[in-house]
Amino acid sequence: MPVLLEAHAVCKYFGGLKAVEKVDMQVMEGDIHGIIGPNGAGKTTFFNICSGVYKPTSGAITFQGEDITRLTPEVIARKGMARTFQNIKLFKYMTVLENVKIGFHIRTRTGMASAIFRNACYREDEQFTERKGMEILERVGLAEVRDTLASNLPYGLQRKVEIARALALDPRILLLDEPVAGMNPIETRQLSEFILKLKGDGYTIVVIEHDMKFVMGTCDRVLVLNFGQKICEGTPDQVRQDPGVNEAYFGKGLVAGGGAA
Amino acid sequence: MTFTAPGRAPWFQGRNRAIGLSLLLLLLLCFPQIYPKSYVMGVMCRIFMYAILTGSLNIINGYSGQFNIGHAGFFCVGAYAEALFAMKIGLSFWLALPLAGVLAALIGLVVSLPTLRLRGIYLAIVTLGASEIIRLLALNWEGLTGGPMGIKGIPSPMFFGLKISRSPQYYYIFLFLAVLFYLVTDRVVNSRVGRAWVSIREDEAAAQSLGVETARYKAMNFMYGAFWAGVAGAAFAPYFKFISPDMFSLDEGFNILSMVIIGGQGTLVGPVVGAVIVNFLTEVLRPVSQYRMVIYALLIIGMMWVRPQGLVGASNSILAEKKAGFWRRKPRRPAAKGA
Repeated sequence: MPVLLEAHAVCKYFGGLKAVEKVDMQVMEGDIHGIIGPNGAGKTTFFNICSGVYKPTSGAITFQGEDITRLTPEVIARKGMARTFQNIKLFKYMTVLENVKIGFHIRTRTGMASAIFRNACYREDEQFTERKGMEILERVGLAEVRDTLASNLPYGLQRKVEIARALALDPRILLLDEPVAGMNPIETRQLSEFILKLKGDGYTIVVIEHDMKFVMGTCDRVLVLNFGQKICEGTPDQVRQDPGVNEAYFGKGLVAGGGAA
Repeated sequence: MTFTAPGRAPWFQGRNRAIGLSLLLLLLLCFPQIYPKSYVMGVMCRIFMYAILTGSLNIINGYSGQFNIGHAGFFCVGAYAEALFAMKIGLSFWLALPLAGVLAALIGLVVSLPTLRLRGIYLAIVTLGASEIIRLLALNWEGLTGGPMGIKGIPSPMFFGLKISRSPQYYYIFLFLAVLFYLVTDRVVNSRVGRAWVSIREDEAAAQSLGVETARYKAMNFMYGAFWAGVAGAAFAPYFKFISPDMFSLDEGFNILSMVIIGGQGTLVGPVVGAVIVNFLTEVLRPVSQYRMVIYALLIIGMMWVRPQGLVGASNSILAEKKAGFWRRKPRRPAAKGA
């Protein structure tokens, strides 16, 4: 399988703080790639570099074989990368359907003139966003709440709206920043199933998550960060047995099966 | 279902809306025939003109969430452009009008460049500065603009051989422009372009992540607002026959802004309501002259407390978010009874 998204020795320094230090990553097409690590490990910073929100201090990101390191988020979005945010960034005062409709921005063409004269382009685009928007909402299971203001939805559903909005871009790759944060175990399992379904539909997914059960059950490959550095990358099983990972999460000595017991 | 503009009442959509607006338009069309008093016509002309100015400012402040307080600058560009086109080149009003708008839009493009980096109060200061630069240009470029003496005797527009010189005739010009503005703007804000503007207002980072070219749409937004302010200025110049730089001071910019705030940002109808209320108050409060400024100020302060989104503003928008503070303190706990 070809590599879809690749990070080469990416560094990001905020003054003296090395938030991300020489991280490499290879996301294969069709995989669900997990990124885990303790709080403050630099996961979200790394995500922001991948999606163009931050420019790395050094290193490069390639997407579909093309260097996207210096591109703006909107250009990267056009190239087929969609993302969600850790602190949900919905358009709070718009309805669910309107939120999803904005996701169709790059797939529609209506400009000022088309809008004023309501020509064929405008009508096609409005029908397209309406129809496709409802299709996505039905797929995600949000069809009943289409006219609800996004901010009035419970947390778990808001996360789903954000994913639905990202899907509207019809992306090649989907970056999810802690999608199950704040969800109960049932919601977590449902979302896990949904993400596996998306994988079945041919999406490549990169996901930051704290929930280990979720990561181990869903991801094909996992990247572990700690203090901005990559300490391990591999299948969930490899990661589980990696001494460095255990050390980062549980501390030294006790889990290695040596001393204490 | 189409994209519903925030704040639009459910009963005022589709056919009801079309019928209601047609009746209103019919009434406005007949009004000069029923009540052709020159004073009332003058007030109506002002209301229509301000409806365009406030509406176009609302596109910038209310829809894309930028903070422009120098709208008088674009108004000034339009007025001077029309006057100079008409007097120096002898261009017809009907040609000078769109050209003045285009010129104002180009200035709007220049002013919008800082929006790529600045927002909120910092952007406001830039727009304020731009507005003053335009006024100072008009004041000091005596060869072109006549300096502090302004431009006198701006020719009246001709309409199929009919010279338009009195208020009841101008009434129709301003009414036509206002209706055109709201018709066009209604279509723009309820399209992909309008959605992109609103997404920038609600959350710029999220808009970018969805591929909305925020820089381009903010520039487009400023140009659109400036274009219509320029058109309003171009209609104003021959109506008033005389323009001078002091008509386009910062006070004028604040005046337009206060109408938008009082009426309500982020809806189409809000700025119209603001323009009607403030112009009406101006007429009613003429006897107390300068003290009416105090009343405006109190009105705006009160508005910010009670209804930050304006009288008919969008209650379902980020503009309506109330900050906790003086007015909305937590209820005081009952004092403990003395021991």
